[in-house]
Amino acid sequence: MFSARNFNRSKPFLFILILFPSLLWAYQFVTGNLGVNPIENLMDELGLMALRLIIITLMITSLSNIKILKSIVVFRRMVGLFAFYYVFLHFSTYIVLDHFLDIQFIIQDIMKRPFITFGFISFIFLIPLASTSTNNMIKKLGFKLWKRIHYLIYPAAILASMHFYVLVRADKTEPIIYMGIIILLLLHRIFKRLTRPQLAQ
Amino acid sequence: MKILSSEITPYKTYLNRRKFIKGSLASALLATVSSSALANHNNDSSIYNKYLNENDKLNSYEEITTYNNFYEFGTHKKHPHLNSGDFKPTPWSIKIDGLVKKPQILDLEKILSNVTIEDRVYRLRCVEAWSMVIPWQGFQLSELIKMVEPLSSAKYVQFVTVFRPEEMPGQQKRTIIWPYREGLRMDEAMNPLTILATGLYGHEMPNQNGAPIRLVVPWKYGFKSIKSIVEIRFLDTQPETSWETLAPWEYGFYANVNPQVDHPRWSQSTERRIGEFKRRQTLMFNGYHEEVADLYKDLDLTKFY
Repeated sequence: MFSARNFNRSKPFLFILILFPSLLWAYQFVTGNLGVNPIENLMDELGLMALRLIIITLMITSLSNIKILKSIVVFRRMVGLFAFYYVFLHFSTYIVLDHFLDIQFIIQDIMKRPFITFGFISFIFLIPLASTSTNNMIKKLGFKLWKRIHYLIYPAAILASMHFYVLVRADKTEPIIYMGIIILLLLHRIFKRLTRPQLAQ
Repeated sequence: MKILSSEITPYKTYLNRRKFIKGSLASALLATVSSSALANHNNDSSIYNKYLNENDKLNSYEEITTYNNFYEFGTHKKHPHLNSGDFKPTPWSIKIDGLVKKPQILDLEKILSNVTIEDRVYRLRCVEAWSMVIPWQGFQLSELIKMVEPLSSAKYVQFVTVFRPEEMPGQQKRTIIWPYREGLRMDEAMNPLTILATGLYGHEMPNQNGAPIRLVVPWKYGFKSIKSIVEIRFLDTQPETSWETLAPWEYGFYANVNPQVDHPRWSQSTERRIGEFKRRQTLMFNGYHEEVADLYKDLDLTKFY
């Protein structure tokens, strides 16, 4: 049941499932059904979805260490790329809808406001990951270098959760939970490396 | 560039329901009559248009009552609308204490029978860089202050929100230190623009907007306009306020709308008017410069933000 073959078969369903919210929000936005402040709402929904997908991507790696769940790793690239897709939409909403391409203002905003700085750097870190997410690229770069590049997911995830943490005015429970999960997953990976040094070579 | 706050006509066409009941006969019967009469409010908001600046348009009743920052009912802006159904704004009284001639507990009914309810159409600018235009009904805070006779040593006024965690689910969590507190300098409190509002769009104040009585200080960020007030205290020192206590590097006591002084999280130079697509420039003192600039002529507004 948990075979790679079955998982591969279910990929199209997962694809539609993760894509669907963005289509729904776009539809609600265009038809004026996204609440009283639709731009803010759209940005919040996209950003939260992006952060959750980043965390799920990290979880997939850790969970695939459990024998029976080994094959879920076949989903990782798709979920990771979707995370980038939502980050990109989130960022575009900020640039285009929120600030109407007022580049001067946006640059100032990124430099002056820590939470936007965190979010922006996180986005920048994710660009090389997304653009090297093909088998061809792995071959081209060599697995070792490719893997090293993809460690950027950790600072990107931490920055994304900080971006959320600083944004919240009071009751920071949700961003703290996300941060906690990210740190646990990171510790898990460090622990694995330390206990099995021969595999790291 | 101003809303005609100085041109106030008495509040006639739309009655605050509380006042309406009071001035009439049997309240139980009339409550139903008046609410059905008021249900038509949306069809005739034109009566407020005469108070509007040419650049402003009224926000709808729906916008004003479904998008609120009122952490007592939850931290999301849709929470107050969804979670405030159990709140009971009647009966209501306000405790007056501190530096006053006679500390006392005043019934809201009694307060309302001694004041003039007026229409006030004000811009409301939130520190989160969004804004609305709201037709309030209320009376000048100065009327109440004169009524309770503060001592000459009273330099500040502090306001306290009701604490009822069983009716206000947000208060069951320690998001901020309850009860919510705010404050004004005495001259700010006495300014004719400062009102205690008891209604909007001709309705009695909806729970999510601060029923039954709230402060409205239109030249300051929205969080100064404290809701569901149960206590007013007169002091000789500057009182502590909730947001300033929580994050003093972000929120000051004055919190005047000021496009030149940025908040660490939001640029204050522009704002999104709810219902509009493009941002607009934020005005100094939210456009009430003429009426209030004098209050701050000796104050460094970058330091006292």
